[in-house]
Amino acid sequence: MATTMITTLDRSSRAAARGLSDISIRNLFIIPTVLFLIVFNIFPLIYSLGYSFTDFRASTNAPANFVGLQNYRDLLNDPYVWANFAITAKYVIISVAGQLLVGFGVAMLLNRDIPLKGLITTLLLLPMMLSMAVVGLFWKLLYDPSWGVINYALGLGNFEWLADPKMALYAVALTDIWMWSPFVMLLSLAGLSAVPKHLYEAAAIDRAGPFYTFFRITLPLVAPILMIAVIFRTMEAFKTFDLAYILTSQPTAELISIRLYKMAFQEWQTGRSCAMAYIVLIMVLAITNIYVKYLNKVKER
Amino acid sequence: MAAVRTSSEVAFNRVAIVAVLVVTIIFLAPIYWIASTAFKPRNLATTIPPTVVFQPEISPFVKLFTKRSQLRTPPTPEEYAAAPWWERVVFDGGEKIVRDGKGEVQWSGYPNRFMNSLIIAITSTVLAVGMGTFTAYGFSRFKVKGEADLLFFILSTRMLPPVVVAIPMFLMYRAVGLNDSHIGLIILYTAFNLSFSVWLMKGFMDEIPKEYEEAALVDGYTRMEAFFKIVLPEAATGIAATAVFCFITAWNEYAFALIMTNRRAQTAPPFIPSQVGSGLPDWTVIAAGTFLFLLPVAIFTFLLRNHLLRGMSFGAIRK
Repeated sequence: MATTMITTLDRSSRAAARGLSDISIRNLFIIPTVLFLIVFNIFPLIYSLGYSFTDFRASTNAPANFVGLQNYRDLLNDPYVWANFAITAKYVIISVAGQLLVGFGVAMLLNRDIPLKGLITTLLLLPMMLSMAVVGLFWKLLYDPSWGVINYALGLGNFEWLADPKMALYAVALTDIWMWSPFVMLLSLAGLSAVPKHLYEAAAIDRAGPFYTFFRITLPLVAPILMIAVIFRTMEAFKTFDLAYILTSQPTAELISIRLYKMAFQEWQTGRSCAMAYIVLIMVLAITNIYVKYLNKVKER
Repeated sequence: MAAVRTSSEVAFNRVAIVAVLVVTIIFLAPIYWIASTAFKPRNLATTIPPTVVFQPEISPFVKLFTKRSQLRTPPTPEEYAAAPWWERVVFDGGEKIVRDGKGEVQWSGYPNRFMNSLIIAITSTVLAVGMGTFTAYGFSRFKVKGEADLLFFILSTRMLPPVVVAIPMFLMYRAVGLNDSHIGLIILYTAFNLSFSVWLMKGFMDEIPKEYEEAALVDGYTRMEAFFKIVLPEAATGIAATAVFCFITAWNEYAFALIMTNRRAQTAPPFIPSQVGSGLPDWTVIAAGTFLFLLPVAIFTFLLRNHLLRGMSFGAIRK
């Protein structure tokens, strides 16, 4: 990889004549980072690719036996794994849709002259900066059926949030919506403030209604930035581990990352978990690819 | 919009302001609840109706930092009088502070985990931002073949789910004895933050006009001198913002810490939930631990407020 990066620069430049040449500086600056990432991110993945074709168990000293594609076949034929994927998909849809609605809604409300707007915006952004694991833990108290503040505030009596198999996933998604709506709001605000004012003035002169203005002016212009927010949150929600792991142990809320964690570090099915990790990895890379395309698109504007 | 202001628009504006206030209160309520529970006496932490007005106490923090055991018999008046104030608040809660044979107070696991968090987050931040700044300059100023692919490769390493990376890293660390070590977590967090730092710093570097260095090169500076004396000072704000983001990410990280550490190098995020355990947890102590842990991040968020958009979008949206 290192050699492909070298392109010829002007060797006769003034800078090249003194000290290090531009090429050496460029290589000196870039190659260590690339090497570091290869050693600590890519090499481990190659290592685990090897294990994904074996029946290796890290809890025993038994040598790993090559089993070919058996792990992948088993996983893709396992209805429980498919259930985990279905739960994850449901979770992603609920939580990203919730964040989009709340985040964009609040941004629409905030997009006007409001006293202390800067301070309010910063305060609203606070949840997303905090540790999901640590704050998530505290939501256990908020959700508590007997003395949780949420049940008291909503007058729900002893409503079970986390202990009810039907409710647990929604409760996790609700906490996630609380944490990450601010992210959608932040990006939406940037998009909204970039809509040229004269478009609204023109619409007002034409006596366009608020719905027409929203769907024909606001939404199309904010859409690219909203798209970034949605793709990024989709990817993050797909990977969710901390929040769901801390909040509940309901099988109905067992996201794919949690299944993977259990397979690898509780059941010690190392070989199989490596195969599972690869299935997840390919999905994440696909979303990342779309995400980067959108990032670059917005950058170019 | 301001040109024609109908009365219905003014009314709508008022409604919107009220709605914003309501939303702000709802969003901050959980954080307020953590902060207030951290100063409550234990018996007021879980009451129905919830206790909002109370006499704040420092006892949750004393309990957070010390090992305690249940009092079998209440302390004698002499014992109570001889005890320092921080021991009295523990007596009041029906517990006593555990001391070793020499009478030294036994610390809880918390201060140690908090220090681990600090050491690991700061070191990995310095490494990630340091390397990231150089690399970003390289990408910003020089032609690199396959630049888009390399940058995608760099970003994609951050997008990997932690558990996916943790499985092979766990095996490799076990083989070389890096499990439950500070260095092990520092390497992981550096790798995780490095990609972010390159992307964000590249945005900041792109904003520094090339002419600055070119003028310096004409004046006889070498490229290195120009980088250190001209570019770095110009990039100071960007470096600071990137560092704060990296620090927060490493500080908050849970999955790697859960898998890779268990005691010696354990950070606060896996430690705090492990305190809940079985039985009725003392939520005031958990809230106190959470409060102290969240405080630096809250302060940093306030300092970062003008850079949040940029940081959260990997430098793509600058405003």
